[in-house]
Amino acid sequence: MEDLRLMERVADTTRTKITARGVQVYYGEKHALKDVDVDILDKTVTAFIGPSGCGKSTFLRCLNRMNDTVASARVSGTILLDGEDIYDRGVDPVQLRARVGMVFQKPNPFPKSIYENVAYGPRIHGLTRSKAELDAIVEASLRKAALWNEVKDRLADTGTGLSGGQQQRLCIARAVATHPEVLLMDEPCSALDPIATAQVEELIDELRAHFSVVIVTHSMQQAARVSQRTAFFHLGNLVEYGETGQVFTNPKDPRTESYITGRIG
Amino acid sequence: MTDISAQAPQFDWKSSGFTARLQARRRSELWLRGLGLGAIGLALLMLAIMLTSIVGSALGALRQTHVTISVPIPADQVDPADPFSANWRRIMQNYVASLYPEASAAELRELGGILSKGAQFMVREAVVEDPSLIGQTLTISVPVSDPFDQLAKGFIKRETPENERRVNDAQIAAFDVLDKAGLISQPINWGLLTNGDSRFPELAGLRGAAVGTFYLLLTCFVLSFPVGIAAAIYLEEFAPKNRLSDFIEVNINNLAAVPSVVFGLLALAVFLNWFGLPRGAPIVGGLTLALMSLPTIIIATRAALKAVPPSIREAALGIGASHQQVIFHHVLPLAMPGILTGTILAMAQAIGETAPLLLIGMNAFITSIPTSPLESATTLPTQIFIWADSPERGFVSRTSAGIVVLLVALVAMNGLAIYLRRKFERRW
Ligand SMILES: Nc1ncnc2c1ncn2[C@@H]1O[C@H](COP(=O)(O)OP(=O)(O)O)[C@@H](O)[C@H]1O
Ligand SMILES: [Mg+2]
Repeated sequence: MEDLRLMERVADTTRTKITARGVQVYYGEKHALKDVDVDILDKTVTAFIGPSGCGKSTFLRCLNRMNDTVASARVSGTILLDGEDIYDRGVDPVQLRARVGMVFQKPNPFPKSIYENVAYGPRIHGLTRSKAELDAIVEASLRKAALWNEVKDRLADTGTGLSGGQQQRLCIARAVATHPEVLLMDEPCSALDPIATAQVEELIDELRAHFSVVIVTHSMQQAARVSQRTAFFHLGNLVEYGETGQVFTNPKDPRTESYITGRIG
Repeated sequence: MTDISAQAPQFDWKSSGFTARLQARRRSELWLRGLGLGAIGLALLMLAIMLTSIVGSALGALRQTHVTISVPIPADQVDPADPFSANWRRIMQNYVASLYPEASAAELRELGGILSKGAQFMVREAVVEDPSLIGQTLTISVPVSDPFDQLAKGFIKRETPENERRVNDAQIAAFDVLDKAGLISQPINWGLLTNGDSRFPELAGLRGAAVGTFYLLLTCFVLSFPVGIAAAIYLEEFAPKNRLSDFIEVNINNLAAVPSVVFGLLALAVFLNWFGLPRGAPIVGGLTLALMSLPTIIIATRAALKAVPPSIREAALGIGASHQQVIFHHVLPLAMPGILTGTILAMAQAIGETAPLLLIGMNAFITSIPTSPLESATTLPTQIFIWADSPERGFVSRTSAGIVVLLVALVAMNGLAIYLRRKFERRW
């Protein structure tokens, strides 16, 4: 890793958005995540890296309770969002997912119009009172996702007709439309070509201004390029967590070093 | 490691052994292809034979022989205030007698037999509609009775000895006189579609059966479509995966394989004897066939729900849609083409179902057209069954015509299924 830029790119804030303590996840008998403690900062891009199957997605899906939809999954420990336990009985996972948006590995726009894709979230959560307000949200979200100029003349076309990179940005716009406080991205570029990847990475850096972004990636270059903080997972353990520059240039744990120098993974 | 290239055997791809193997392989491939083509050819041949024989036979019912009569409507026998209750049988008898003044009573009965038994009702109807005809002469074209229809169409042969055919020489002579006078005609037999059932082939039609089938399918659809979809959604989306749900699943699959006559017995015991629903009513038939269609619809719907890509569910869940919103906004619309196809296939199966309907009395002889699903009726297949069982020669071709109508309905339904599927697919 000889990218020198990353030394300069430190987090702008120290305010903690998500606090995870002693998080364990079991899939049936399988212990997929072991005792993870992490503080995710607000307005920061946090990257999760690690070999495949080490529990990155599992942890990410704990943060918006998507694991609730997996019948065999059991989650224990505490995860606080702004100090509030998201696994508390009083928290509705459906509403939580509007506050903690998610973008998936494979672009998955709804087979509806571009407009409907973006408008869907605000509509089901009742965020707008008029068509004009909804139009404004759709436009703002598409602008934030750097897609507005490409699709503004064909909002009625179906979202599945866009190119892969455009589809992924549409999914980002869809997630952004509910004004989330955290955006989770699970390998958002793995199905994209290099040019589309570069666009999405640039976008992630811009989104940091609005909320905290957590990105799972299998590309260490990507983690180095977009994140301020990096967490390294290995076999269900959180091995190392710190500033991206430090993790890549001066890892404390030998396993991290092996991974980033390409010896495990 | 030793040198691999030194050990590699040298193949002669052009040797006779290789060529022979290649040819054998080609031959067996040709064989397989030939067998497949042969099977398809045989199937097509069977279909062609079936269709030609049915359509060929049905053509006999395409036209109906009519005779034009000019009946005086005597003012002293018909009350203008109530033309319906006049003695129309007598009026017709008098009319026939006036044509053949020399004939004896027995001969008159035979000669009157040329006309359909329905002729008097057609005359009555014309006068009821237009009472100004009273005192005038009504000229009207009425069907001839079935034996003469068969005679005109050549199914009853004049060469046959008199005592072996259903019309005697005197009747034939009288018929020929009418024919010479240009009074005999053979218009298209619209009555086959517009009349209800009748004991007389020349009057019998499919309207009652078609309306009965419509009410039956309507009941069946209204019951089985929502219930089937609801059950499938529950089983696919909400039911916990345990012994009980496995048991239910196995039984639904079994239910789809239960012979239809068993459903008829069940309906007889439960709907008719226990609930006391009207016998032979389309609503009972619809209920029975809904029981039969349910497993098909549930299985098709579950398969269609399962086929919706999980990424769509995740996408919707990921922006905070509830489980119910995921189902109704995303999964169900995407599954609709599959659900509709399954449902229409189930309906197509129901439209041709006969055995359970026989058990609940939908093969009764009913001449009136049902006006609601609660009135006794027949359906197309049970009507075909009744006609196929009738001895009159005219019902042979009418049975085939009924089958053609049923087939047309089936093809139309399958066409609808394809159309709907295409339409939905384009939207999504
Ligand atoms: N739905 C599931 N059921 C059972 N095991 C699962 C499930 N999802 C993930 N796992 C297991 O949990 C472990 C972590 O998976 P995951 O979080 O997807 O890894 P990563 O995203 O880091 O590649 C893997 O061993 C995987 O097999
Ligand atoms: Mg993963």
